[in-house]
Amino acid sequence: MNIMSEAAVEKALDQKMNTVPYKMIGKDVSVYYGEKRALFDVNLNIRENTVTALIGPSGCGKSTFLRTLNRMNDTIENCRVTGKITLDEDDVYDPAIDVVELRARVGMVFQKPNPFPKSIYDNVAYGPRIHGLARTKSEFDDVVETSLQKAGLWNEVKDRLHEPGTGLSGGQQQRLCIARAVAVSPEVILMDEPCSALDPIATAKVEELIHELRSNFTIVIVTHSMQQAARVSQRTAMFHLGNLVEENDTDKMFTNPDDQRTQDYIMGRFG
Amino acid sequence: MSTSFLLLLIVIIGFISYFAGRARSFAQAGGKLSNLHSLPGYHGSYVAIWAILPAALVLGAWLIAAPVYIDASTRAALPDTVQSQGGATVELALGQVKSVAGGLKRLTAEEVSALESGSANLRSTLAAKGVALAGEGEPYMIAAAQHFNAMSVTNRWLMSAIVLLIAVAGGAYAIRNIATRFRARNQVERVMLGSLIVASSIAILTTVGIIASMLSEAGRFFTMVSPFEFFFGTVWDPRFAAAGSGGSSGQFGLIPLLAGTLYIAFVAMLFAVPIGLFAAIYMAEYASPRLRSTAKPLLEVLAGIPTIVYGFFALVTVGPFLRDISAQLNGLVTGNYQNFIQAQSVLTAGIVMGIMLIPFVSSLSDDIITQVPRALRDGSLGLGATRSETVKKVILPAALPGIVGALLLTASRAVGETMIVVLAAGVAARMQINPFEPMTTVTVKIVNQLTGDLEFTSPQTLVAFALGITLFVITLGLNIYALYIVRKYREQYE
Repeated sequence: MNIMSEAAVEKALDQKMNTVPYKMIGKDVSVYYGEKRALFDVNLNIRENTVTALIGPSGCGKSTFLRTLNRMNDTIENCRVTGKITLDEDDVYDPAIDVVELRARVGMVFQKPNPFPKSIYDNVAYGPRIHGLARTKSEFDDVVETSLQKAGLWNEVKDRLHEPGTGLSGGQQQRLCIARAVAVSPEVILMDEPCSALDPIATAKVEELIHELRSNFTIVIVTHSMQQAARVSQRTAMFHLGNLVEENDTDKMFTNPDDQRTQDYIMGRFG
Repeated sequence: MSTSFLLLLIVIIGFISYFAGRARSFAQAGGKLSNLHSLPGYHGSYVAIWAILPAALVLGAWLIAAPVYIDASTRAALPDTVQSQGGATVELALGQVKSVAGGLKRLTAEEVSALESGSANLRSTLAAKGVALAGEGEPYMIAAAQHFNAMSVTNRWLMSAIVLLIAVAGGAYAIRNIATRFRARNQVERVMLGSLIVASSIAILTTVGIIASMLSEAGRFFTMVSPFEFFFGTVWDPRFAAAGSGGSSGQFGLIPLLAGTLYIAFVAMLFAVPIGLFAAIYMAEYASPRLRSTAKPLLEVLAGIPTIVYGFFALVTVGPFLRDISAQLNGLVTGNYQNFIQAQSVLTAGIVMGIMLIPFVSSLSDDIITQVPRALRDGSLGLGATRSETVKKVILPAALPGIVGALLLTASRAVGETMIVVLAAGVAARMQINPFEPMTTVTVKIVNQLTGDLEFTSPQTLVAFALGITLFVITLGLNIYALYIVRKYREQYE
C-alpha cells in the first residue's frame, strides 16, 4: 500500500516536472583556475525536491559547477567565479552572505567517504554541534538517530554508536557521511560521485537512499555512470568542455536527447 | 713503499680490472649485449671488487697485526737484565729502542759505525740530528734498534708484495669467471648489500660502545658512592677532586639536578608549545603558499642557530633585561628598586630554551598537520564549519598522536640541552620552586665536573658518567613513550 502510493506520488511528480519551482538558479556562471577557464557561461537551474544529475566526460566541469553551488571552490587557491547563483532569493556570491551559513543550507557529500576520526555518534553530531541545532543530550540523541535512520544506517550501527566511524565498511562510511550532511537539515545536498569508491551492493543502497532523500531535500549529483543517472535522477544536465550541452528530463535525455553530443556520449561514442 | 702508495696501486689495479672485465664480457657476448646475463658494467665491477676488496682487507689486517709482532720480537731481543726488571722497564726500553731506531735512519754510515764501536755518545749524536732521547742510551739499544729497523723494512716489502699479489690474483680469478650467463649483477648486488649492512652495523655498534663505556665508568663510580645516595640524595656537594686523596668526600645527590633539569625543561615547553603549535597551525591552514614559502624557512633558521649563541643571548640580553624590568616593577609597586628576578634564573634559561625549541615544535607539527587528508578538511568545511572549528575539532584530533610524539621528542631535547643552561641557569644546585632564582641541571654539572685538569679515578669526575647515563635513560624513556603513544593512537584512527 505504502509502496504503491509512493510510486503514484513519484509518477505525478515526474509528469509535472516542468512546473516544479526552482531551488537554485545559476546564471552565466564561469569559473577560472588562475588563467585557465573551466566553465563557460553556464545557465543551469536546480528544481526543488528533485534529483538533478550532472553527467559528462572527465574534465568537463560538472564537479566544478557542483562546487560553485556551496562555494567549496573558495578553498582552492586562484579560483575565481563570475556570474550569478541564487539559493531561493539569496545571492550565493554576495559578499554579505556568510559562507558558513550557506554551507549549512547546501550540504555536500564527497567522492571518497571521509568520516572524521571520531565515533559514529560524534560524526553525525558534528554539524548540529557547531551550528547549535541541539542543546541537551536527548536532543542530540534524537538528531543522531533520525539522521542515521534517514541515511538507512541506523539498524546497522545502533549498537555501536561510540565506535570509530572509520571502522565501518566503505558503503557504510559513505552513508555515514550522508547522515552527517542530513543532520544539519540542509535544503540542498550536493553529491560528488558518491558511489565511485563503492562496490555494486553498497552503490545500490546509496542509490536507494538518494531516491528516498528526494522527498525532503533537493539533490544535485555528479556521476560518471549513465545507468546511475538514469536510475536516480529526474533531471539530467550534460556538460562538455566546460559548456552546458543540454538539460532535460532524465527520461527524455536518455531516450530522445535534443543534442547530438548527448546522444553520442550516452551511446558511449566518446568520454 | 708507503701505505698510501700501496692503496693507490690497489685502486689502479681495480680500475684496470674494471675495464678488463668489461672488455672480456663484450668479447664473450660477441657484440650482442642481449647475450649477456648482466650488463658489461656489472662484469667490470665484479672483477674490480675481486681485485680491490680482498687485497684491502688483507692490508688492513696486516697493518694491525704487524706492529704487534715486530714489538714482540724486539722485546724478546732485549738483554735478560732488562727483561728481568718487569713489564714497565721493558716497555720503557722498547720505547727508547724505537726512538733510536727512528734516529738511526737519519745517520750516515760512518756515524753508525762510530756508535757501534762506542766511540760516539748515542744521546748527543742523535740530539744533533733532532731526535731527543729520554735517557742516556744503553749500548744494547743500537743492536735492538737495528733489529727493529731491519724487521720493519722486511715487513714493508713483504706486505706490499703479498697485497699486490692478492689484488692481481683476485682480479685474474674474477676475469676467468666471466661468461655470458655469469650472474655478475647478482654478485655485485650482494656486495652492495654487504656494504650497506656494514655501514649500519658501524652506527649501531658505536652506540652500543658508547653506552657500554658509560655503564662501566658509572659502575666504577657506584663502587665508590652507593647508588642509593646518588639517586635519592638531596644534596649536591661534590667538593674538589684533590689529587691522590681518592675516596668519596663529597655528597652526590641527583635530586636537585634532576629537579632543575625538569623545571627548566617545563618552563621552556611552556613557552615553546603554544607559540610553536599556533605558528604551525597558521602556516599549515591559513598562510598563503607565497607567505608560507618564505616564512617557513625563516622560522627554521632559528633551528640552525648554534645553542651557544642562544646562550650569549640569554647571558647578555634576556637575563639582564628580566633583572632590570623586575627591579622597575618592584620599584613601581613597593617603592623599593630591588630586582626579584636574578639575571641567571630558571625563567631566563626557560625562555631562551623555549625560543630555541619553537622551530622544532612548529616544523614537526606543521608536517604532521599538512599530512591530514584534504578530504577531512573538505568534509568539515562542507558541513558549514569555519576554519578554526575545522582545525579544533577535526584536524588537531586527527593529528594529535603525531603532535604528541613531536612534543615528547622536543621535551627530550630540552632535557638534554647544555649550552643554554650552562650560561643562563646558573650553577647553584638547589631545590626550590621560585622560577626567578637560579637552579642548575644535570648537563651543567657534567660540564662542571669534566672541565679542568682531571684524573679519572675520583668520584668527582666519574660522577659525570653516572649523570650521563641517567640523562640517557630519561631521554630514551621519553622517546620510547613518544613512539608508544603515536602507535596507540594510530590504531584508533586508522
